[in-house]
Amino acid sequence: MKIGNLFKIALKALNNNKMRCFLTMLGIIIGVASVITMLAIGQGSKDSIRKQISEMGSNMIMIFPGNMERGGVRQSSDDMQTMKPADYESIRDETKYVAAVSPMGSSSGQFICGANNYPSKIEGVNSDYLEIRQLKIDNGNTFTEQDIKRASKVCIVGQTIVDNLFPNGEDPMGKVIRFNSIPFTIIGVLESKGYNSMGQDQDDIVLAPYTTVMKRILAIDYIQGIFASALTEGVTDEAIDEITQLLDRNHNIKDTDEEDFNIRSQQELSEMLNSTTEMMTLLLACVAGISLLVGGIGIMNIMLVSVTERTREIGLRMSIGAKGKDILTQFIIEAIIISVTGGIIGVVIGGVSSFLVKFLFNWPVSIQIYSVVLSFVVCTATGVFFGWYPAKKAANLDPIEALRYE
Amino acid sequence: MKEIIRVEHLCRNFTVGNETIHALRDVSFTIGEGEFVTIMGTSGSGKSTLLNILGCLDTPTSGDYMIDGTSVKKMGKNDRATVRNRKIGFVFQNYNLLPKTTAIENVELPLFYNTAVSSKERRRRASEALDAVGLSDRKMHKSNQMSGGQQQRVAIARALVNDPVLILADEATGNLDTRTSFSILMLFQELHRRGRTIIFVTHNPELSSFSSRNIVLRDGKIISDKINPEIKSAEEIYKTLPVIND
Repeated sequence: MKIGNLFKIALKALNNNKMRCFLTMLGIIIGVASVITMLAIGQGSKDSIRKQISEMGSNMIMIFPGNMERGGVRQSSDDMQTMKPADYESIRDETKYVAAVSPMGSSSGQFICGANNYPSKIEGVNSDYLEIRQLKIDNGNTFTEQDIKRASKVCIVGQTIVDNLFPNGEDPMGKVIRFNSIPFTIIGVLESKGYNSMGQDQDDIVLAPYTTVMKRILAIDYIQGIFASALTEGVTDEAIDEITQLLDRNHNIKDTDEEDFNIRSQQELSEMLNSTTEMMTLLLACVAGISLLVGGIGIMNIMLVSVTERTREIGLRMSIGAKGKDILTQFIIEAIIISVTGGIIGVVIGGVSSFLVKFLFNWPVSIQIYSVVLSFVVCTATGVFFGWYPAKKAANLDPIEALRYE
Repeated sequence: MKEIIRVEHLCRNFTVGNETIHALRDVSFTIGEGEFVTIMGTSGSGKSTLLNILGCLDTPTSGDYMIDGTSVKKMGKNDRATVRNRKIGFVFQNYNLLPKTTAIENVELPLFYNTAVSSKERRRRASEALDAVGLSDRKMHKSNQMSGGQQQRVAIARALVNDPVLILADEATGNLDTRTSFSILMLFQELHRRGRTIIFVTHNPELSSFSSRNIVLRDGKIISDKINPEIKSAEEIYKTLPVIND
C-alpha cells in the first residue's frame, strides 16, 4: 500500500469532518496552552518572589578587619588598620563573582542645618553601595568619579535626616548641612525604606564619598570595612572564596595563619530564599503534573470517542478492501496531523495568553522552554497513542462486526 | 460458461457459550458468469452467514469456497482484503456511504486501496461508474444531501468501480420504498444484461421473479435451487407504479 494514498485518505477524512477534527484538536490545544500558561505564571511568581527576597540583600557580603592579638592582647576590630583601599581595589578589579563592591568608613556626629540638628552617622562609601544595600535615589544624583577623586563635600541623605533637618518641608536638594563643622552639599535624597526586621530605621542614613570621610573627617589611610554583593545569591560562597584568597594574598597570610579579617554573608536570608524557591519549584511541578494529567485525560477521551464512533466506517473500509494496517496507518496519520497541529496551535495560544496575563493583569509571567517542550511532547504523544489504540482495536475486529457496530 | 463461484460442502458453526450453532450445513453450489442469483430465506436461515463467506468477510468452518478460480479457505486476512478489493463489489442494505463525503469520493474509495490505479484513472473510473448508475449530475453532492435511492445508486457505483467479477447485494432494496426499490432492481437487471454476475440476498420472495436463478435456504441448508425461466422486467412494473409527489 502506498503511503501517499493513505495520506490522501487521511486528509480527505479530516477535511470532510472539520468539526470533529476541530473538537479533537481543541482538546490538545487546551491541554498544551493551559500547561504553558500555568507554568509561565508559576515560574513568573517564583522569579518575582525570589527577586523580592534577594532585594533584601541576600547576596550581600561584608568584610571587616578581624580581631588580632597584639602582644597577647586581643584588639577590637575597630582599631585594626589592616584593610587598605588597595584591598578594595583588588576586589573590584580581580574578582569574577562579585557584582559590586564599596569600601566603608563611618563616623558618628551631629548634623546641623540652620536651627535644626540631628545626631546620626555619616557613611563613607562609593556609588556601588546603593546597589549593594538595594537603596534607590528618589531625587538627585549619586556620587561621580570626580566626587570620589576630589573627596568632594557632598552627601546623599535618607528620609529621616530630611524630616529632622528640614521640618518645614523645604526641598533639601542643594542645601548645605554641617557635620562636625564640615559643610556638605546634599546632592541626592534616598527613597524611604522604613524599618528593617531588627527595628532599625533604614532611613536614618547619610552617605558621602569614602575618600571624603577618610581624609576630611577621620583622617585615616585605612578602611573600616568593605561591602560587596555577589552576582547572585547562588554564587555567594564562590565570591567569598575569591575575596578570601585575594585578601590572603594582599595581606601575606599563609594557610596556617589566622586571617586578619572576617567575611560575613546573609546566610539566614539566603537559606530562606532557597527554601522558598524549593517550595515554589515543588508547587510548579505539582501544577505541571496535574495540568498534564487533566489535559492528557481530556485528549484521551476525545480521541477514544472520535475513533470509536468511526468503527462502522472502519468496517466499511475493510469490506471494500482495506487491510488492517491500511486502517491503522490512516488513523495514525490523522492522529499525528491533529495532535501536531493542535500542539503547535496550543503552544502559540499558550504564549499569547501568557503575554495577555502579563499585560492585562500585570502578573509576573515567564514562559519556560521546558514547559513548552514538555506539554507539546506529552499532549501530542497522548493524542497519537489514543488515536492509535482504538484504531488498532477496530482494525483487528472482523469487518462484519465493525460494520454492525452501533 | 465460466465458473465464478464454487461452494463445496460448506459448513459454518458458531459457538455461543457451550452451544454450537450450525448456521450452514453442507451447502454446495456453483455460480457461473453472468448469472443473477437471488438467495432467499427467512431470518436465521443462514443467508447472512453465506453472504459473509461469499464476500470473503468470513471463513467457513469446513468445506471449500473458490472465487474466480482461487480458494479462499487458506487465505489470511490481508489476502482476503485484496480479494474483496479486486473481485467483489458490496451493496449494503443501509448503503454504508462515508458521511459528509461527495458521491465521487465515495465511489473512488475502493480504488484508493489499489495501488495499481493512478489518481487520474481513479477519478475517470469513478466518474464512469456514476454515469452507469444514472447519477451523472450528482457527482459532487454529499452523501447526506441525497435521497435513499440516490445513496443506494452511489453504493452500487462504488461496487462497480473496481470492475468486480461478482456483485454482492445484501437486502439492497430493504430500506427503500416500493417505487425506488424497483428502480434499483431495474439497475441490477441492467447490470445483469451487460453481463455482470450478481448475488442478491433478500428475505422478500417477490424479488425472486426478477432474477435468473433462485436459491432458497432454510436452517442452513439449500431447499431449492431453480433456474427462473421467465424473468420479469422490473421496468414494466416500475412504469405501472404511481409517482408519489409529496
